[in-house]
Amino acid sequence: MVVETVKAAPRAAEDPPPRPRRRRLSGPRLTPYLLVLPAVLLELLVHFGPMLVGVWMSFRKLTQFFISNWSQAPSAGLANYRLALDFDGPLGKSLLHSFQVTILYTIAVVLISWVVGASAALVLQRSFRGRGLLRTLFLVPYAMPIYAGIMTWSFMFQRDNGLVNHVQKSLGLGDGQSFWLVGNNAFFSMAIVAIWRCWPFAFLMLLAGLQNIPDEVYDAASVDGAGVWKQIRYITLPYLRPVNVVLILMLFLWNFNDFNTPFVLFGPTPPKSADLISLHIYGNSFVSWNFGFGAAMSVLLLLFLLVVTGLYLFLTSRRSRRA
Amino acid sequence: MKTRLVCASFIALAVSATAACGSGDDDSSSSGGGGSAKTLTYWASNQGSSLEVDKKVLTTELAKFTKQTGIKVNVEVIGWPDLQNRILAATASGKGPDVLNIGNTWAASLQSTGAFMPFDSAALDAIGGKAKFVDASFKTSGMAGQDPTSVPLYGLVYGLYYNKKMFADAGLQPPKTWEELQAASKKLTNPGKGVYGMAMEGGSYTESLHFAFIFGQQHGADPFDAQGKPQFTTPGMVQGVKQYVDLMSDGVVNKSSVQYKNGPEAPGDFAKGKAAMLMSQNNANNTLQGAGMKSSQYGVVPIPTKSGNKNTASFVAGINLSVFKNTKNKDGALQMVKFMTSPAEQEILDQPFTALPVVKGGKVKFTDNPAEAKTFADILATQSVPLPLVPAEAAYETNVGNAVNGLIAKAATGQKPTDADIKSALGEAQEKMATAG
Repeated sequence: MVVETVKAAPRAAEDPPPRPRRRRLSGPRLTPYLLVLPAVLLELLVHFGPMLVGVWMSFRKLTQFFISNWSQAPSAGLANYRLALDFDGPLGKSLLHSFQVTILYTIAVVLISWVVGASAALVLQRSFRGRGLLRTLFLVPYAMPIYAGIMTWSFMFQRDNGLVNHVQKSLGLGDGQSFWLVGNNAFFSMAIVAIWRCWPFAFLMLLAGLQNIPDEVYDAASVDGAGVWKQIRYITLPYLRPVNVVLILMLFLWNFNDFNTPFVLFGPTPPKSADLISLHIYGNSFVSWNFGFGAAMSVLLLLFLLVVTGLYLFLTSRRSRRA
Repeated sequence: MKTRLVCASFIALAVSATAACGSGDDDSSSSGGGGSAKTLTYWASNQGSSLEVDKKVLTTELAKFTKQTGIKVNVEVIGWPDLQNRILAATASGKGPDVLNIGNTWAASLQSTGAFMPFDSAALDAIGGKAKFVDASFKTSGMAGQDPTSVPLYGLVYGLYYNKKMFADAGLQPPKTWEELQAASKKLTNPGKGVYGMAMEGGSYTESLHFAFIFGQQHGADPFDAQGKPQFTTPGMVQGVKQYVDLMSDGVVNKSSVQYKNGPEAPGDFAKGKAAMLMSQNNANNTLQGAGMKSSQYGVVPIPTKSGNKNTASFVAGINLSVFKNTKNKDGALQMVKFMTSPAEQEILDQPFTALPVVKGGKVKFTDNPAEAKTFADILATQSVPLPLVPAEAAYETNVGNAVNGLIAKAATGQKPTDADIKSALGEAQEKMATAG
């Protein structure tokens, strides 16, 4: 190898390599870019445009006084951010509370959705009679329109005629007079609905991941004496790692920004225990008409999610490289 | 200029996307804020039993207007949950209708956006003059000392509905004081049979705000001082809220009604005999009769006051009519406002929309019961005051309404809120007003 390299060097000096031909974007080569261009422009228009406007709004005193001529809204400097981050003040305090509720909600929903989805995927991985039917049934919550599903849950959580209280009483677990959409229970109701909505997605992703694990690996482990738990610990989970990285990140982002669940269950003004941050921002912007402050909270939320996502991807990719 | 246009599109998109609004009428968006000289766009709020019924009624009536003036009107009826966000989106983009309905409690907040045409003396003359309106209703047209940016269209006030048979069976007369109301509520409450003295929309922040205001007024308290600064924690405000929340604490209201919002549940309980009384606006008639109750089965009296307190029985509720400032057809828009607020049209529209006339000398047509008609008309004329006409009205409604909702929820789950609890909740609401208008 070394000799070849030494020999090759003078040749290279004698005959400089041909200059790479400049690719000219014309004709068929331009076509893919032209095809992608509308999507790129739309993406810029739909996502980045409003995002930039939102950042600009967060530095303005944008209340109802300026909404009709909002580009002339006076500068607020960092006042909106100061209000949001002043955790001794009423607005900062309520934002912090909302943030804490959202974190708890997200962790609970992601964790339980993953556990339920993974359990269902493990059960349905093996072939047995009725597996197809069960798979279809498991996907019903995912296939159902979100609004219809959450509305059905809101009926079930009603105090007087709701199914939840009826079942609770039938099982002797209480007097069937609990409030599920008021007070502290509202948090649990909201989380249950979100878990019902999310776990089929986790199930689908994990089932696909499980089916990519070769049977031979399990067979070999079995011959070596590994039991079920060791197989899950040392084969299933490592093989599922790429799926889990994406799945957990998506579930986290979806639930942290969840608007549909609390809005359909409680309307624009939820109980304190269910004051998720998306609805909190909506209330300040569209119910109290304080758009600048709402935008500042949105930017803070965006920054938080960017940091968490970046950190998560960094840590998971580093661990992958080590593995 | 181009940048502004692009930015305006973005904000309109952002506002519209969050508005969860309906598909809308193509005509309204294309020609909004300036139909041609022969066309107007009109956003009507949903007042009757459905959007379709409203559209049919308004289309029929506005055909008369077209016949008189040659101006065509494209009507779009918008449900309440969507209306405010649609208006905000139109305000931000400048692409609104020519004429629109607004809730009269929004009048001051919307006036402060600057997007609405002020009714100066010339404009008022063009629609028949200020003097044609009922004084109480006209007070909701905008902020004091400024030309109003809306005029009254439909009148609504609160009254106390009571079930005649339940009262007669219990040997009770309709209450004239709050103490009598409390006593009657207790006597008529029988949880074992699922019957309560009062129905309540305990999950509605707007309803909670309305009663916090009405009872606060009875105790002589104003939520804002002369400079427009909130003063939610005064003793009168606290006692006003307590008066309302105590209905739940006292057990004369079904605890489940803490979940009731502005839907048919509370009127439904009253109509089905599960509640003997209901404090509601006069448009409850539609819901009550829709739920099978005949108008002869209920009576209406003013919401009573505690002995010795002011006799405020309602705030001046209702719908106002506004004109977008950027309309290209101001004269046509004013002609339409004049038409809609004419005594003849008021009599026609008040029936399907269960409203009180807002013009002087107008006949009450929404009920065939003369006693009920007189009661509501008297309440509007003599016992009603407008909600505070301050720019921060929207934030006031949200913050105080939610605070009261929280207290009702506390009472429903068995912890009677104390005066200190109420003062603390109202104090928190007041602090949150820091950045509002």
